[in-house]
Amino acid sequence: MKPAAFDYYKPETLDEALSLLDEFGYDAKVLAGGQSLIPMMNMRLARPPVLIDINGVQGMTGIEVGESEIVIGGLTRHYMVEHSPEIQNSCPMLAEGIKLIGHSQIRSRGTIGGSIVHADPTAELPVMLTALGGKVTVVSSGDERELTPEELFLTYMTTTIEPNEIVKSVHFPVIAERTGHAIEEFTLRSGDFAIIIAAASVTLDEEGLIESAALCIGGVDGIPVKLEDVTDELIGEAPSEELFAEKCAQIVDLVDPEKDIHASAEYRKDLCVALSRRVLKKAADRAKQA
Amino acid sequence: MMEKTAESSRLKTITLKVNHKEYTVDVEPRMLLSDVLRDVLRLTGTHVGCEHGVCGACTIMMDERPVRSCLVFGVQADQAEIVTVEGLESENGELHPLQKGFWEKHGLQCGFCTPGMLMTACHLLEHNPDPSREEIREAISGNLCRCTGYQGIVDAVEYAAKEMRERAE
Ligand SMILES: Cc1cc2nc3c(=O)[nH]c(=O)nc-3n(C[C@H](O)[C@H](O)[C@H](O)COP(=O)(O)OP(=O)(O)OC[C@H]3O[C@@H](n4cnc5c(N)ncnc54)[C@H](O)[C@@H]3O)c2cc1C
Ligand code: FES
Ligand code: FES
Repeated sequence: MKPAAFDYYKPETLDEALSLLDEFGYDAKVLAGGQSLIPMMNMRLARPPVLIDINGVQGMTGIEVGESEIVIGGLTRHYMVEHSPEIQNSCPMLAEGIKLIGHSQIRSRGTIGGSIVHADPTAELPVMLTALGGKVTVVSSGDERELTPEELFLTYMTTTIEPNEIVKSVHFPVIAERTGHAIEEFTLRSGDFAIIIAAASVTLDEEGLIESAALCIGGVDGIPVKLEDVTDELIGEAPSEELFAEKCAQIVDLVDPEKDIHASAEYRKDLCVALSRRVLKKAADRAKQA
Repeated sequence: MMEKTAESSRLKTITLKVNHKEYTVDVEPRMLLSDVLRDVLRLTGTHVGCEHGVCGACTIMMDERPVRSCLVFGVQADQAEIVTVEGLESENGELHPLQKGFWEKHGLQCGFCTPGMLMTACHLLEHNPDPSREEIREAISGNLCRCTGYQGIVDAVEYAAKEMRERAE
């Protein structure tokens, strides 16, 4: 039994959970899927005196697909999104990227809200949220606010969410017409955290030229990095392998990854270029067929 | 003495349904489900390797999903339906086709990873009765084995899948 002792509360409503957070302040931690928090507690890197287990909170689980927006309850588990046929149609990147999170045993418990708040820069959800321009709804006692990824992610494992706040839902846009999505990552072993992740969305106009595009990389900085300098140059062009190769070459100067035991900074830059070319090509091909 | 009172006042009473049997026990909230199973219920078939979610040895079924029992607190499993490796064989003591497969196809050497492998494979075959070797490899990618090189494990899961399909016919 490795975790340090804590007091355990299991509220049944969001209001109850929020008032417990008000009461215990910095002493309390929210427990959702536990797939990041419990490993840290097992290693005693985290020793929160109070855990507020939100797994019994009603109304925080579920997927709603509207006209233009998908609303996913903060407590929705990864496997639920992974197996949702609606998500495959309405936001193909999400369906593709969720499968890359850990292993099935991790996706059984891990939650959408937990991944976002944990804010690991090599995690799939923060990268997808940034690439697609999603939003997060955060609540505290008597208040509610919406955050864009730019307002949300601060640096490694740090967000602007306050200790008295809970992520109620995460929002993704429904895929637009003539649009394709793609996400790819490089890992040492299937299911491991990625070294580099690239995610792209490409929209073509009626002539088949690029109308808009988004490209986001995870693993090069404390937060997911959106490469607008690259995608701006794609507007109005005809999608081709040569175009993507030419424009993505500049990425080596735009990203500044660190080196570690797994890969040098140069190798990470090469991965950024290679994966970016690949996801842009894939997204454009899919947009053609859409 | 003071210490002790404070500690025991934290005990929670939980009811677990493990392998179709109900258990009501008092646990400290910080006790991991893996430890509740092994140390309180004495179901030591569930193994504990890394205790941070990486090795997969502690995989069990919780409410019909494969779960790392080292990443769930016992208190969280109150009222949950749990199946451990002890629950695989049938009531008359006959081995599960997967257990037979691991035996026939040399799916284990030291056996440390085996309970987790069996539970993961069990979930795979429930949802995919005829998996390709690639799909088997993908499914067991979250379970580490130091001994076998995985060849025998993949053979064993294929063997069990075939056996189960034939039984179902
Ligand atoms: C072996 C292994 C491999 C993994 N591989 C990957 C991977 O490849 N990619 C990846 O992205 N992740 C991976 N993970 C992490 C896992 O996917 C988690 O799903 C995720 O990071 C955290 O979600 P959770 O629900 O488990 O959160 P928890 O662990 O419960 O909580 C994480 C943090 O978020 C806070 N929190 C949780 N929910 C809320 C909420 N609704 N509102 C406010 N705060 C909240 C908690 O207080 C805590 O600080 C892996 C984990 C393991 C053990
Ligand atoms: S002991 Fe649980 S995953 Fe290793
Ligand atoms: S049989 Fe020894 S670890 Fe797998």
